[in-house]
Amino acid sequence: VCFSARSMATTAYLLSITENVKYYLLIFLVTPFALIKKKQKQKKQTRALPVKMAAPLTLLLLVAVTVRAALFRSCLTELIAERVEVVSPLTAWKRGKGAPATPLIIYLFHFLVDYAEVTFMLADVITAVALYMAVADYNKQVFRKQKYALEADRYPLDCLELIRSPKEMYYIPLKVAMFYLLNPFTILCCVAKSTCGLNNAIIALFILTTIKGSVLLSAIFLSLATYQSIYPLTLCAPALLYLMQRQYIPVNFRRFSFWWFIAQYAFMYLGSLFVLVCLSFFLLGSWDYLPSVYGFILSVPDLTPNIGLFWYFFAEMFEHFRLFFLCVFQINVFFYTIPLSVKLKEHPVFLIFMQLAVISIFKSYPTVGDIALYMAFIPVWNHLHRFLRNIFLVSCVLLACSALFPVLWHLWIYAGSANSNFYYAITLLFNVAQILLVSDYFYAFLRREHHLTYGLYLKRKDGSEATLVLK
Amino acid sequence: MHCVCVLPSGSSEPRRQDRVTVDNNNMGLLSDPNRRRALLGLLTRLNAPICVVCYMAGVAWFMGLAFEPFTLRTYMSENAMGSTMVEERFPAGERALATGREFAAHKKKTGGMPVDWLVRTMQARGLEVFTQSFSRTLPFPDENKERYMVKGTNVYGILRAPRAPRTEALVLSAPCSPGDENNQAVGLLLGLAQYFRNQIFLAKDVIFLVNEHDLIGMQAWLEGYHHTNTTGMDWSPLQGRGGSIQAALSLELSSDIITSLDLVLEGLNGQLPNLDLANLFYAFCQKIGVLCTIQGKLQRNDWDSVSGYSHAVQTMMLMVMKQASGRPWGDHGLFLRYHIEAATIKGINSFRQYKTDATTIGRLLEGMYRKLNNLLERLHQSYFFYLMPSLSHFVSIGYYMPAFGLLAVILLLRALDLWVQLMTPPPRTEDGVIDIEQSSPGVLSVLTPLVISHLTGVALYMLPVRFQEMAVEHFPVSETEAVVLTAIAVYTAGLALPHNTHRLLAGEGDGAGLAGAEAGRGALPGRAVGLHRPHQLLPGLHPGSHPGARGRLRHTSRPKGFVGFHLGHPQPGLHAPLFRVFLPRATGNARQLPGWLGALPFRHLAGHPGPRAVRLSGLPTDRPVGLSLLAALLEHPLLEVDASQAGL
Repeated sequence: VCFSARSMATTAYLLSITENVKYYLLIFLVTPFALIKKKQKQKKQTRALPVKMAAPLTLLLLVAVTVRAALFRSCLTELIAERVEVVSPLTAWKRGKGAPATPLIIYLFHFLVDYAEVTFMLADVITAVALYMAVADYNKQVFRKQKYALEADRYPLDCLELIRSPKEMYYIPLKVAMFYLLNPFTILCCVAKSTCGLNNAIIALFILTTIKGSVLLSAIFLSLATYQSIYPLTLCAPALLYLMQRQYIPVNFRRFSFWWFIAQYAFMYLGSLFVLVCLSFFLLGSWDYLPSVYGFILSVPDLTPNIGLFWYFFAEMFEHFRLFFLCVFQINVFFYTIPLSVKLKEHPVFLIFMQLAVISIFKSYPTVGDIALYMAFIPVWNHLHRFLRNIFLVSCVLLACSALFPVLWHLWIYAGSANSNFYYAITLLFNVAQILLVSDYFYAFLRREHHLTYGLYLKRKDGSEATLVLK
Repeated sequence: MHCVCVLPSGSSEPRRQDRVTVDNNNMGLLSDPNRRRALLGLLTRLNAPICVVCYMAGVAWFMGLAFEPFTLRTYMSENAMGSTMVEERFPAGERALATGREFAAHKKKTGGMPVDWLVRTMQARGLEVFTQSFSRTLPFPDENKERYMVKGTNVYGILRAPRAPRTEALVLSAPCSPGDENNQAVGLLLGLAQYFRNQIFLAKDVIFLVNEHDLIGMQAWLEGYHHTNTTGMDWSPLQGRGGSIQAALSLELSSDIITSLDLVLEGLNGQLPNLDLANLFYAFCQKIGVLCTIQGKLQRNDWDSVSGYSHAVQTMMLMVMKQASGRPWGDHGLFLRYHIEAATIKGINSFRQYKTDATTIGRLLEGMYRKLNNLLERLHQSYFFYLMPSLSHFVSIGYYMPAFGLLAVILLLRALDLWVQLMTPPPRTEDGVIDIEQSSPGVLSVLTPLVISHLTGVALYMLPVRFQEMAVEHFPVSETEAVVLTAIAVYTAGLALPHNTHRLLAGEGDGAGLAGAEAGRGALPGRAVGLHRPHQLLPGLHPGSHPGARGRLRHTSRPKGFVGFHLGHPQPGLHAPLFRVFLPRATGNARQLPGWLGALPFRHLAGHPGPRAVRLSGLPTDRPVGLSLLAALLEHPLLEVDASQAGL
């Protein structure tokens, strides 16, 4: 009987696999795409990332899709879809009254509503593959730049330890894809059918097209991302910096070519945004969606608890201060763009990472899906690990907070013995940990760059060892 | 933020000053590398002493909580209950006791819950009376008799609020216990019902509930009331309902005259009701002059003496232990799950000089219900997380969490120490080559124990109950034993696995290591063995009784009362001394044992009393810690492992 039970279980599993065949088909549709790219690259470059990498990527996609398909079939789906950490009123699949979606998303799911699960899995797969390709390309450029710098003898002699080797960079794209696909946050987000996954896919495509140097596509995807949720607007700064760097246009306010390029990009961006907005208008026949979607994002009327900073603050606040503090809170997302762009104008890809993190921390309805997107970039900065200072503490805090979210939620909402302060305390801690993580990476990045210019072992004037301080 | 290379030398003193102040204004400790290094050095050098100090400080802090000057006095936070004066007039204590005696007589006559009598009596007191029948198949037979199916009936009467819309309700419950217990509680409940019927002040429905089979009946009623079914119980839907329940009291009285009232707060999973409920009880005990206790302990005034302090510590520790046990310590414990503040009030009769009669208790309950009746919203003002060293003092979460934090920080400190050790550059050998193999252990070595321990945890959580039915069907074991034995099997596997993992990872050559580990795994009653080949774990089981049986079991000798057996090939180093495992005494579900097993210790399955020794060989450790821990977990008093019997 035991054996028959086991064989039944096996059969059930096989059945579930056959049922999931459509998901696997999807993978086989996607992977050749990546494969072809790889082959082309190998022809062009001697040190290109080899074809061999496609097999692990396929395997990774298979595993990721299997996990998601299994979770979609399990009883956990309902539970996950209700978690406030995973879905916000803006991204939830099931929405209450007044929680808006952009018209194009509604139109998209008008056709795809029966294939929603496949769509969300596909979005995750696209994000992962796009990030994979983008990072592979970026690494190649980094390596090339490093080679030129070495040939020009620009690095101090004691910095050889800091030079990155192709061996250590080999697995980074795969790690990026893995960090995104197997991140529990992404999986939860996908299983909850949060439209955050779609937004992430659009942003990933934007990153890919930017890194590939396609100005038009970059502008189009950026406008799509902006259309979905306003905040990716701040990504135009790194995109511009990157594209200009690629086309050897100097970032100089007195040069005509600089302004001409900005005008070109702005024209393409605004043009495609205009097309999207008008398309939405023709779909709906009214402009009502503009205030209801973007007003919803900017004026934060829905104070359902989430992992962000807004809800508690605005729930507690006197009504007549609301507008002022709304401005203060919203400006946070956009404000850091300027100093960061100034400081990181040579390193736009790191700026993208910083911006994504800032958005996911300070946006009005953040979910864990936003965090997953910038966390996918962490393997790209593997070489910074020796300069990170609080990574252990911060990862402990992030893990502990992730575990405590559901616990305190239960105590507050179901058991009634805790209150919103408990949950908000954890939210606060979680965000502080994120900020520490990001500033740690920022510090490490700057410090490495500093060492690459001035040498690894800094000396004081009197000859003793000096230390670097972040001010 | 700017990344600046600061060159603070001894010559430029002012600049150094400047730097320090800037750091203080910014991120301070985390960003100043010098101070960080100093702190890290301190933490790594003095790691063990700091951990010890933290531990001591944590324990000392916790013990200090019971010291009265360090605790807060309880106070009523809820305004709706604090400001109003109530005059209690309940007169009919003697009549309530008479009703209780009548109830006892009817209970004895019907041999259980006198449903008809209760319905009639409640109806006569002007309540809307309903009954709910429920049944539940128990997973284990009862200790006294084989009671697989529990059937019972709850009777409840609703007193509709005359003054307000019926949107809120209060509950007073008394369990209908077997024997002579709690008759007085039911009597007093009926007396209070009659008294409340004639009062005009009620703004909330009052539900008077007599539940059968203690917690089972209470759970059935609560599930019926809230339209949920979390336990898979069968119950008939409730015919009548009041509003949403705001608060509930459960009454347990077993004598006509009591000396003191005991307040029980600990609910399911250690959940506590709002502290205001305890405050309310304490306030009325003070007002009416009833002795009140918590954890059965009276309050003492000599907090500055050693005995007074130890008394407070005992009271507090009892509360901690009861919460840690996770089980509800009264019928009120199940209400808490539904966000209803509830407590059990127990009458204690310990033959002291203080005597309290039923009228006084009735007045106390009347006062409490009148105050609860005044509530405008659910109790929420006061604390939900607290410990009580006495009824008049409490320790809030803000005071006891630092103690927990001090204990928890040790984990972080130890981890930090390991982390720093990992981060320090590996020592270079004389050739100048870094020994990478030693310095960076692979992901596998970290992941494997992690995965294994989690798998063991999941197995321990899921399998014993899952395999219970199957085990009972195929093997001569009872339900209780099946659970215990599966747990033992899983646990034994857990003990075996780290050993093998170590061998696997230490790499005695790839193939050899693997083969050795495999052999070792096969030799032990591992997890897979325990699940699919239980006969290997249990000497009393016939291998042929299971389709998955293999010929590994070798009956080397079969003296009376003793089975020695080897599982697979013996592994040197794996065999610890023989253990003596006392299996739990099983009474229910006895089965006829096949053939030769009659001579074996498993005879006790056939109903013989007392624990018998079964010897299991090949347990891969000589420390019985694990199994006794398991026994403690299962709350099974009879399961114990005695290592001193080794070599018998």
